[in-house]
Amino acid sequence: MSSVSGAAAPGRGAKTAVKSSMWRQSVRLLLKNKLAIAGLVIVVLMFLACFIGPMFSPYADNKTNMRIMNRAPNLQHWLGTDKLGRDVLTRVLLAGRISLTVGLASMVLSVTLGTLLGALSGFFRGVVDQVIMRVADLLLTIPSLPLLFIFGALLSDWKVPPENRMYIVMLILSLVNWPSMARMIRGQMLSLREREFMQATTVLGLNNKRKLFHHLLPNLIPLIIVIATLNIGGAILSESVLSFFGLGVTAPTPTWGNMIDAANNLIDFQERPWLWMPPGLSIFITVIAINIFGDGLRDVLDPKQKR
Amino acid sequence: MGAYLSKRLSYIMIILAAASLMIFCLYAMTPGDFISSNIKLSAERKAELREIYGLNRPVLERYWTWLTHALRGDLGYSLAQQRPVLALFNTYIWNSFLLAVVSTFFTWVIAVIVGVVAAYRQYSWFDTLVMIVIFGAMSIPSFFIGLFLIKIFAVDLHLLPPGGITTTGSNAVGWAHVQEVIKHMTLPVAVMTLLGTGSLTRYFRSNMIDVIRQDYIRTARAKGVKESKVLFGHALRNAMLPAITLVGFELPALFGGSLIIEKIFNWPGIGQLYIQSFGQRDYPLLMGFTMLIAILTVIGTLLSDVLYRIADPRVKL
Repeated sequence: MSSVSGAAAPGRGAKTAVKSSMWRQSVRLLLKNKLAIAGLVIVVLMFLACFIGPMFSPYADNKTNMRIMNRAPNLQHWLGTDKLGRDVLTRVLLAGRISLTVGLASMVLSVTLGTLLGALSGFFRGVVDQVIMRVADLLLTIPSLPLLFIFGALLSDWKVPPENRMYIVMLILSLVNWPSMARMIRGQMLSLREREFMQATTVLGLNNKRKLFHHLLPNLIPLIIVIATLNIGGAILSESVLSFFGLGVTAPTPTWGNMIDAANNLIDFQERPWLWMPPGLSIFITVIAINIFGDGLRDVLDPKQKR
Repeated sequence: MGAYLSKRLSYIMIILAAASLMIFCLYAMTPGDFISSNIKLSAERKAELREIYGLNRPVLERYWTWLTHALRGDLGYSLAQQRPVLALFNTYIWNSFLLAVVSTFFTWVIAVIVGVVAAYRQYSWFDTLVMIVIFGAMSIPSFFIGLFLIKIFAVDLHLLPPGGITTTGSNAVGWAHVQEVIKHMTLPVAVMTLLGTGSLTRYFRSNMIDVIRQDYIRTARAKGVKESKVLFGHALRNAMLPAITLVGFELPALFGGSLIIEKIFNWPGIGQLYIQSFGQRDYPLLMGFTMLIAILTVIGTLLSDVLYRIADPRVKL
């Protein structure tokens, strides 16, 4: 379907017309998939709750209040309070802001980097391909969890202020995640560049830039959208693992991962599940919703991969 | 095939050499070393110890020493435990292997059966339920589900032990010991199985759906072959074929332990050993572990490519 939209279109105006009808058709197909739409609704609600919710919370200043520490869930504090008397629900929402931002941003970074490098490597082949793919091979050979551990420890050594740590965590996660993306894009590039419509662009005498950005990459956009969606979930999970081990974003900045760290304290773990269960369930609900939506998206945009 | 193998193997050697250099430099860059974490030592004593262990030499020189020893099969001594790294691996790796082998077995059995049935009844309520459970299994943070199950089964219900491989202070032998270990490994195996089943079931399901639509399945049915035989004899065999490539990818997981699960369940495996050594900056051990996984990963990839070639002669290497 995608090669048609790129190749058969004679002029610029006609091209957008073909394209928009393809997208409209995809949206219509997607709307029929109730499970995927449910996933999308949950993700949107989660984002809204985390980014707007705290504004309506009377405890949004995150102030400590020793008189009400470690309270079980009650009417004033729906999810109880922590050891410093902070409202857990507000903290879960504030943590969601960080976790969702880290997931989203590191996905954008790794997908951009992976797409760009993979596309260059598949398009130019030769030396460029060799260099990029050998670096990717190297990064894929080294197990990712130890790599994340090392970077996390370096992060602590550089004395990065806690509020800036999340930016470095995004960088680390995208550094670990780009190689597999680059590999996939490269593979697609190698097969696309041999197709007839690419021979046509050569016959027309188009330059490399135009071939790459107007004819090859647009054909990969559906695939990229699908992988990008599914990657957000993966990035949220990785961030939570890092933060849980104290190597990602650290207190006082709350993230879902480092809030579950409360479970490392035996009493909190046994007696105060409201401290660590809500952030864990938030991760679970968000990631499952993203995965279901991403799968629905794949069925629509990338029918070759259809189950 | 021979030329292919020798080419692949030489490439593996180069990649492993580059990877080991990079890992070594990264570990050397991580703040602090084994000696600086010991607050009982005076500054002079620390300098003296660094001299003895060679920690004050340039990174490249240390790497060269490590590499020449490693090539002779000597991964050095663990600084914290004062035992050869290989001997430590030999103690801990089998605990990890035990967890991995049992959970891999359950994962494959469940994934094959559920995948086949779900594919056979595609779009039925069972299939939808399976898909939702699969997504659930793929979306759970492993450390969270571990903690959650410990809380329910160990803390609240007192059914199973919260962690470890045997009860503290127990010196049961024989059958009693086996029973104890089984009890302790139930929760970690359950979590690992749950986490692995998701993507594998999905894989078998989609393979099976592809195969069921093939002409030879229709032919088999037309001949009057029993439905169970069509499914498990004709279809499953062909659906399993691509799965042979997964065997290679299981290799690092089988022997490399699971950092998160072993940490959560306090399981004395190689992953737990790694996390503990990471805190102590026990470089020989960290280096040995990371290289072990890297080697298993590249061998696993090679193995799956070769196995695929053997299983499907149409594939060109």
